[in-house]
Amino acid sequence: MALLKTSFLFLSSLKHQPDRTLSFFLAILAALSGLLLLLVILFLAKEAWPGLTNGGWRSFLTHKSWYPLEGMFGIFPMIWASLAMMFGAVLIAIPLGLSAAIVMRFYIPPTSLLAQAYRLILGLLAGIPSVVYGLWGLTVLVPLIGQLHPPGASLLAAILILALMILPTIALTALAALEAIPKTILSGAAALGMSQKGQILSVALPAARMGIIGGILLSMARALGETMAVLMVAGNVVQNPDSLFAPVRALTANIALEMAYATSFHRASLFASGLLLTFLVFLLSWFASRNMGNNHYG
Amino acid sequence: MTQKQPPYKADKDNQDERAIPYTLGNLEAGEPCCIPKAHLQVQNLSVSYNNITVLDDVSLDIHKGCITALIGPSGCGKTSFLSALNKLTDLTASAEVKGSILFDTQNLVSDKIDVMALRRRIGMIFQQPNPFPLSIWRNLDLPLREHGFRNKSVRRKKIEKSLQDVGLWDEVKDRLQDSALALSGGQQQRLCIARALVLEPEILLMDEPCSALDPISSCVVEELILRLQGKYTVIIVTHNLAQARRIANYAAFFWMKERVGKLIEFGQCQHLFETPKDDLTAAYISGAKG
Amino acid sequence: MADQIFKAVILACTAFIGLVFLWILGEVVVKGISHLSFSFLFDAPVNSGRAGGIAPILVSTLMIIIVAVSVSVPLGLGVAVWLSEFTKQGQKFATSTRLTLDVLAGIPSIVYGLFGNAFFCIYLGLGFSILSGGLTLACMILPIFIRTCEMGLRTVNDSWRKGALALGMTRTAAIWHILLPSATPAIIAGLVLGIGRATAETAALIFTSGYVDRMPESFMDSGRALAVHIYDLSMNVTGGDHAAYATALTLIILIVFFNIMAQFMMDQWLGRKVLSS
Repeated sequence: MALLKTSFLFLSSLKHQPDRTLSFFLAILAALSGLLLLLVILFLAKEAWPGLTNGGWRSFLTHKSWYPLEGMFGIFPMIWASLAMMFGAVLIAIPLGLSAAIVMRFYIPPTSLLAQAYRLILGLLAGIPSVVYGLWGLTVLVPLIGQLHPPGASLLAAILILALMILPTIALTALAALEAIPKTILSGAAALGMSQKGQILSVALPAARMGIIGGILLSMARALGETMAVLMVAGNVVQNPDSLFAPVRALTANIALEMAYATSFHRASLFASGLLLTFLVFLLSWFASRNMGNNHYG
Repeated sequence: MTQKQPPYKADKDNQDERAIPYTLGNLEAGEPCCIPKAHLQVQNLSVSYNNITVLDDVSLDIHKGCITALIGPSGCGKTSFLSALNKLTDLTASAEVKGSILFDTQNLVSDKIDVMALRRRIGMIFQQPNPFPLSIWRNLDLPLREHGFRNKSVRRKKIEKSLQDVGLWDEVKDRLQDSALALSGGQQQRLCIARALVLEPEILLMDEPCSALDPISSCVVEELILRLQGKYTVIIVTHNLAQARRIANYAAFFWMKERVGKLIEFGQCQHLFETPKDDLTAAYISGAKG
Repeated sequence: MADQIFKAVILACTAFIGLVFLWILGEVVVKGISHLSFSFLFDAPVNSGRAGGIAPILVSTLMIIIVAVSVSVPLGLGVAVWLSEFTKQGQKFATSTRLTLDVLAGIPSIVYGLFGNAFFCIYLGLGFSILSGGLTLACMILPIFIRTCEMGLRTVNDSWRKGALALGMTRTAAIWHILLPSATPAIIAGLVLGIGRATAETAALIFTSGYVDRMPESFMDSGRALAVHIYDLSMNVTGGDHAAYATALTLIILIVFFNIMAQFMMDQWLGRKVLSS
């Protein structure tokens, strides 16, 4: 009701009939697209409901592991696995991504062929399907790690693949943030006789930190929600991630693996883990948008 | 109508068709330019944004067929005054207009107005030339279509005449399908004037139409405005006092008092410039203030 | 001295990233090209995809994209126009719509898959079909598309809006004749972004459009997308790696092709509309 009221108030200030008709029609479309979120949450909740009621939620927390066929639905090993992958990937991707951004901003002229090629590659890689990363990981990276410490499909493989996937995002957002710093700030630092390293580390990066952190949070959300690449390289054994070389299963991969045959309580618990995933990702993107200053819409 | 007219001679040939009583004023002598007949009567007009008043208690008559110049420093509400006249203040959600503007027995402030029809009768030219990113032809064709001119040959005639009126026809007649954005700044502004004229408005509002142009283009546009005198009622905001003096029949001087724009003095242009009644006016036009 | 070491370290990092990425691309191109052929594109898969080609899978992918685009583009354009042209700053309904879209944009694709399975396949009874998959992807790309279009409309020169209104034109006319044409580059960019996501998507499709690798006969048939095919070949089919790489190369070429086409369309548009300003 509240929605209808505000839109009506606004419509009354439009002076011309066609405008009013169009605005009304478009407002309905907007309401529909807004309702989509409600619909998504509603259907996730509806399907997850049998798993959450009658003390069902307790089994997620108390059971030690996830053996749906034996009625065990503990999801903590998979939550830990997902979080370990996310943080591991970010730890690797941050220094590398920032280096790339700094080099492109400060060390090679932006118009040079090299810089443009690098940018092109980063853009291309940001658009490459995750299943292709997964394919590469499965056929190249996993055998390599396997030589070091069998079986190869492991937490480490997932971390490395995820790090590669989020690198372009971190590098490109950091580059945008660095380019947005006013030139005067940097020339001010140079005029004080600071070395280039000093300028970058103590002036440029702090000045661009909001955009950089926002980009990192966004890429964390992406890493947490990533399914295919992780599914293909992590080994998919439900266990706590106690070693880098241990095969583990992420929350997302679990859904993709078991949806095909899950029924009743099992299916409901998969939907419940989907809800949990949505909630975690929502938290991350919320922090990200707060960091980026909420100025997406000028 | 079909007969070809050289640029800049359009309005004189068409005087009789419009049947508006007017006489061209002798600017040097400073005589009244026209039969003083109020076209717009503004009474106690106030404009505020977000409850901050920018223009307070303005009353003046805009005379038919005359050029009225609004002068004064930046930020004293001249543009707000213009926007109130064609209700472009509607664009700003927080704008509030009080007082009354009488136009043709209607009060533009309080009465229910068909804004689209009103804006057709009161055209507006902006400081930055703003031709649409369409062809030269479409720029004039589009408003005509929107106002219901279905007949293509009628539109054609109107467009041609309007381009001749602003002296652009000979310059663009061979490239009417080119982008209007490819024209020079002065040509763009004349195109915008033609676009307003093609709807045959009664009143033209001009918000510093020359200030974004180079001196030569500015001269051409100024000459054009002078030729509109008599046929159209023109209200022009200008920061160029010499220009106001050259082209205007009436002048209104606005000034900020306690951060609120006020009308200080209004009268015939020559009187305002040569024998200002108010000390502020005298100081401003002599360059001592502002 | 410290300056030199710093510079050397970050240059090395950057070069390292570039090399790894070239390695990935090179691997895909080299392994893919060896298996890619004319018949690979036009034959049906044989023996779970180990042999034969990907023709039905290409067709399914294109059909899924067609569904996703034809639903999300009109809806998204409408919402973007409404957000940028018909709402006031701080209007509650508009603010909450934007917030909702931001949340939708962040939802992981596997969750869209869950939703699509529950809503389109089961609740609406569309089953595992190209239609279900396409509609699920439409939901997924809608928020990004709206965001890009709204940005594009907002950057349109404001003086054109004022000019149109001062001529007594309706907002509707201004939007149709002036604002939307001027925002076309942004709209195309949004479209490419959306198509890119849709083409690359796997997780949202496994449980909505399904696995079937036969040639689809209608939008109600189940159809396997390229990305799903790559997943299936590499995970479930031993000896399918070469076909997987060839499919991956096809997929990347398809995405690059969409991008180039969009760039071409944009250049055409800019060349025609805006000569100089």
